[in-house]
Amino acid sequence: MKILKMSAIAVAVTMSCVSTAQAADLTIATVNNGHMIEMQKLTGHFEKANPGINVNWVTLDEGTLRSRVTTDIATKGGQFDVMTIGMYEAPMWGAKGWLEALDFDASYDVDDILPAMRGGLSHGGNLYAAPFYGESSMIMYRKDLMDAAGMTMPDNPTWGHIEDAAAAMTDKDNGVYGICLRGKPGWGDNMAFITTLANSFGAQWFDMEKKPQLDSPAWNHAVNFYVDLLTNYGPPGSSGNSFNEILALTNAGKCGMWIDATIAASFVSDPSQSSVAEHMAFAQSPVAVTHRGANWLWAWALAVPAGTQQSAEAQAFVQWATSKEYIELVAATNGWASVPTGTRSSTYANKNFTDAAVFADAELKAILSADPSNSTQAPSPFKGVQFQAIPEFADIAGAVGQQLSAALAGDITVEEALAESQKAADRAMRKAKYYK
Amino acid sequence: MMLNISQRKTVKHWATGLFAWLVALILFFPILWMIMTSFKTELQAISQPPLLFWETTFDNYILIQERSDYLKYAFNSLYTSVGGTLLALIIAVPSAYAMAFFPGKYTKDILLWMLSTKMLPAVGVLIPIYMITQMGGLLDSIYPLILIFALMNLPIIMWMLFTYFKEIPKEILEAARMDGATTRDELRHIVMPLSWGGIASAGLLSLILCWNEAFWSIQLTASDAGTLAALIASYSSPEGLFWAKVSAASTMACAPIIVFGWFCQKQLVQGLTFGAVK
Repeated sequence: MKILKMSAIAVAVTMSCVSTAQAADLTIATVNNGHMIEMQKLTGHFEKANPGINVNWVTLDEGTLRSRVTTDIATKGGQFDVMTIGMYEAPMWGAKGWLEALDFDASYDVDDILPAMRGGLSHGGNLYAAPFYGESSMIMYRKDLMDAAGMTMPDNPTWGHIEDAAAAMTDKDNGVYGICLRGKPGWGDNMAFITTLANSFGAQWFDMEKKPQLDSPAWNHAVNFYVDLLTNYGPPGSSGNSFNEILALTNAGKCGMWIDATIAASFVSDPSQSSVAEHMAFAQSPVAVTHRGANWLWAWALAVPAGTQQSAEAQAFVQWATSKEYIELVAATNGWASVPTGTRSSTYANKNFTDAAVFADAELKAILSADPSNSTQAPSPFKGVQFQAIPEFADIAGAVGQQLSAALAGDITVEEALAESQKAADRAMRKAKYYK
Repeated sequence: MMLNISQRKTVKHWATGLFAWLVALILFFPILWMIMTSFKTELQAISQPPLLFWETTFDNYILIQERSDYLKYAFNSLYTSVGGTLLALIIAVPSAYAMAFFPGKYTKDILLWMLSTKMLPAVGVLIPIYMITQMGGLLDSIYPLILIFALMNLPIIMWMLFTYFKEIPKEILEAARMDGATTRDELRHIVMPLSWGGIASAGLLSLILCWNEAFWSIQLTASDAGTLAALIASYSSPEGLFWAKVSAASTMACAPIIVFGWFCQKQLVQGLTFGAVK
C-alpha cells in the first residue's frame, strides 16, 4: 500500500513537472502599428492551436522599442522571446549572432516571400527575421486638386514635374500646400526620405573606399531642391514634420502630394480616417537622373533573439504570424483591405485583395523596384536603399538629419549643413576604422 | 478718479485673484486639452482648426479597456510609488535627523553631493543598472523599481526633511535628553510628531514623482511589472494616428494622481514653500 501511495505521488509530481515544462510564456516586443495590434487580437488562434503556449505582449513606441531590444539583446537580458525589428537591424544582428536563424517547415513556403524582403532580412543565406509587413515609398496625391490645376500625374514622374504640380496645386490662402515631405530630424525620419531623393539625383552616402560623399555636387543639388520645394510649396513648420504629422495634414486635406511609406496609402484612402479619401491616387516615386534608389524598402519583421529559453515556441509563433494562413485569417476576420501587405507574392496574386486595396498595384510595383544591393547611380559599398547597413549609420544619419532640418528651417545654409554633415560622417567613419 | 485705501485693496485683491486664475488656467490648459482630445475620434483630434464642440465618443476608453489590463498597470504604479516612497522615508528620516542635529564638518557638502546626483542623466547608468537587475533575475519585477524610485527621490526628501528638522528648537531635544530620552526616543517621540506635516509633504511629493516616472518604468519592465507610464507609451505609434487614444490612456493614468493631489494640495503647498519666507 505504501509503495502504491509513493508511486502515485511520484506520478503526480512527474506529471506536474511535465505540464510545467510544456507551459511556455512567450513575451513579444512590438510597436503600436495597426497591423501589430490586429495580430495581438488574433493571438488567441495561435494559443488555441498550440496548447500550453501563452503569449504576453509588450507594446512600445518605435524609439523606445529600438532602445529596449538593443539593450536587452546586447546584454543578453532575455526579456523577450520574439522581437519586432526592422530591415536595418536584421542582417547586422544576424551577423553578430544576436538572432537565431529562422528554420520553418515546408508548409511555410518561404519562396513566396517577396525577394527584396527576403534578401533584406537575410545574412549569409540565413533568414534572421520574417517580414510581418513591408513597405516601399510612393506618391500619394489629390487627384481632384491635380485635375483642377489642369495637370496629370504620370506613373513615373520626374522631380521637375512634381515641382510644377506642387506650384499649381498650392493655395496658401485656403491652407492647401502642393507638397508635404518629412523634415523632422532622424535617420528614420527626414533622412529616410532625403536619401531616396539624393539617390535619384545621383548622390550616394559613401564611395567604394567607404568615404562620405556628402560634399558632392549631387548632394548639394538634391538638398537645395528639397529645401526650395518645401519652402515654396510646403506647409509651415515642415522641419518638424514626419510620418504622423503629414498623415494628419493629408487626412485633413492640407496636402496636394505626399511622398512617403506605402503603408500610408491604406490610411489616406480610408474614409473613416481621411476627409479626402475618395480623391486620393497613387504613383511611383519621382526620379531625377536615375531611378535607382528613388523609393525605399522597409519591413517590420519578427525575430527570435539568441538568448531566448523558448526557441521552438518562439519560432512557431513567428511562423504562424508571418504565414499565408495568418493573412487569410485577417482577411476572414476584417476583410482583405486590412491584411498586412508587402510580404508575400500570393497576397498580390489574390483578386480579393487587389479588388479591396486600391493601392495594391502601386505598392507592389514600388516594392519590386527597390533593390538594396543596387540603389545608387555609382556603386556603393554597403547594402540598403534609405539607409546603409552598418552600425554607425544611425548615428551618422542622425547628425546629418539635424543639419538638414536646420537648413530647412532656414537656420543655416544648405552648403553649411552639408559641410558639417561631411565632417561628422568622416569623423565617425575614421573612428570606426573604415579608413585612416 | 482717486481710489481710497479700501478700494485700492479691493482692486489689488481682485487683480491678484484674476492673475492667479489666469496662470492656473495656462498651467491646466494642456491637461484640459488632453481630456477633451480623449473624447474625440482620431479624425476629430487632428482637425484643423481644432474642434471646440464635437460629438463626444467613449470609443478610446473602451478600446483601452479591451486592449490593456488597466488595473494591472495601476496597481503596479501604486505598489512602486508607495513602496519607493516608504523606503525613501525610512532611510531619509534618521539621516536628516543626524544631519540636522549632529552636523559634521562635511554635512553641507554631503547634502550638496546628494542633490548633485539628480543632475546625472538617467540614461547614463542604464546599462550597468540593467545588467545588475538582469543578474539578479529581477527584470520585469516591481522590486528594482521600488529601490530605484527610493534612491531617485532620496536627495529631495532628505533636503525637505533637513529643512524641517532644522526648524525644531534644539532646546526641546536637550530637555528630553535631560529626562533620559535616548536617540531613538527623541526621534520617535519628539522629532517625528513635531515634523509630521513635513514628513507627509515630502512623502506626497515623492509619491507624485514616483507615479510620473517613465524612464526606468519602461526600460526595466516587460509584460508583468509595467506601470501606467508604460501603458501610455504603448499607445504611441510610428505609423498611424494615435492622439485620441494616447490622450485617453494619459487621462486614465493621470486621473488617480490628480484626484490625490487635489485632496492633499494644502500639505503639498505647505511642504514646498516651507522655509521659503522667514
